[in-house]
Amino acid sequence: MGVAVSIRRISKRFGNVQALDGVDLEIGEGEFFGLLGPNGAGKTTLISCLAGLARPDSGQVSVMGFDVQNRYREARRQLGVVPQELVFDPFFTVRETLRIQSGYFGLRRNDAWIDEILENLDLTAKADTNMRRLSGGMKRRVLVAQALVHRPPVIVLDEPTAGVDVELRQGLWQFVQRLNGEGHTVILTTHYIEEAEALCGRIAMLKQGRVVALDSTRHLLERFSVYKLSLRIGSADRLPDAVARRAPLANGTLDFQLRGPDEVEPLLAAIREAGCPIEDMRMSTTDLEDVFIEIMNGRDMESQEKPENPEKSGEAR
Amino acid sequence: MSGFRTLLYKEVLRFWKVAFQTVAAPVLTALLYLLIFAHVLESRIEINGLRYTAFLLPGLVMMSVLQNAFANSSSSLIQAKVAGSIIFVLLPPISYGEFFLAYAGAAVLRGVMVGLGVLAVTAWFAPLQFAAPWWILAFALLGGGIMGSLGMVAGIWAEKFDQLAAFQNFLILPLTMLSGVFYSIHSLPPFWQKASHMNPVFYLIDGFRYGFFGVSDVPPLMSLSVSAASFLAVAICTLTLLRKGYKLRY
Repeated sequence: MGVAVSIRRISKRFGNVQALDGVDLEIGEGEFFGLLGPNGAGKTTLISCLAGLARPDSGQVSVMGFDVQNRYREARRQLGVVPQELVFDPFFTVRETLRIQSGYFGLRRNDAWIDEILENLDLTAKADTNMRRLSGGMKRRVLVAQALVHRPPVIVLDEPTAGVDVELRQGLWQFVQRLNGEGHTVILTTHYIEEAEALCGRIAMLKQGRVVALDSTRHLLERFSVYKLSLRIGSADRLPDAVARRAPLANGTLDFQLRGPDEVEPLLAAIREAGCPIEDMRMSTTDLEDVFIEIMNGRDMESQEKPENPEKSGEAR
Repeated sequence: MSGFRTLLYKEVLRFWKVAFQTVAAPVLTALLYLLIFAHVLESRIEINGLRYTAFLLPGLVMMSVLQNAFANSSSSLIQAKVAGSIIFVLLPPISYGEFFLAYAGAAVLRGVMVGLGVLAVTAWFAPLQFAAPWWILAFALLGGGIMGSLGMVAGIWAEKFDQLAAFQNFLILPLTMLSGVFYSIHSLPPFWQKASHMNPVFYLIDGFRYGFFGVSDVPPLMSLSVSAASFLAVAICTLTLLRKGYKLRY
């Protein structure tokens, strides 16, 4: 498997804000890669550097082996970007928009492929409609279509489902997954973490311009895997110290984090023996959102691997 | 160069789709100028041996070329920037040179189209000659090129529509109106004659007028040199901004 995107130690500063701080990433051909992080973490800046819209202060970025600065023509041909903002050119129809976009990439007779994209994105009926008259969801589809006119091997989707209805989201993901299945590399940023969990094979989490976690989705989940047991109890007064120490009481509910289901029974037994009535009980396993929150709260991957160095997690906070 | 061709095509299509506003309207404006000024001044003024209307006509044509060339590239860029659709031309493999040629080319084309329109509707009002047609063409292209480039600079620099309007109202409009479109600078007091010689638009108008009547305030070759040098200066400035990605790529 070759390298689709190589990002080497890039930094970018806007005034007082260090948007990117030495980011290192390598994304393989054919990967479905997720880029997660809170607002302002640097996701869009990173994508802008990749697309040549922003120039990093230091470091190098290449797409399919082409440096995005020195060999920008080749690099940009390899890349299709769906921007985050719902932008459109109000002068043109959908088909004109796609023909013009093809022409920018040097493709003069591209109608067969344009028809195929329109079909796949359910836009055929709107082909001759002016962009101004389309709904938000339709405009979003056209943005996806525009990113695909030149059949780029690497597709970047920057929050493509923000404000998009469920039906379109499903359709969009089916289409993108098909493209990924056909060998396209897909890079996705999203606020919907469950989307990343369902789609992405590997995930990088960004925080304040730094990569704080980078692993396969499965590993991330395993690494942070805990069982959560939530108990609502009638009176906490008689709770044994050993139990109370494990979970702080909040609104009559105790949240325990367990390493496995075998810890459940001894815990319940201890509470029963103390004579505390259990009113409600809920059990869940970690999802990516928990991992995300935990990492964003300071538990970065390095401190995971080196628990003997407690300052590290404090520093990342 | 196919990216260039498409970008040029798109820029032309952009103004052509709203030609009523971008071509027909400025033609009407120029016609109104002609009707009013000719009505008031025709019987009173003769310049360089020409009837006033005849003198005014080439100036009006050139002024329309200049103002519309500027309007085309500047409004296209500011609209795309404000709407965010500028990204569609920043993502593809289009070099800054192609970018410049496409926007300047479309600006020249719109300027020349409006100029031809003005000529067509006003030519009935005065006997016109075409003493040196190649000079007419050369000055029209240079003028459109200068203002098309300047429009790009303004469109790239401005972040809001009112900033662009300021550029247009406080720089482009005075430069074009005070360039000898409506009068011969020989009729001005010495100070303003000197000041007019500092205005590159004066040379565009004077040289353009020479192409029609074979008479001018300054030698046409001098006008051509100043105009060519002005175009070169503005083009280099625009290309530098584009190469550096000033306000386009951050």
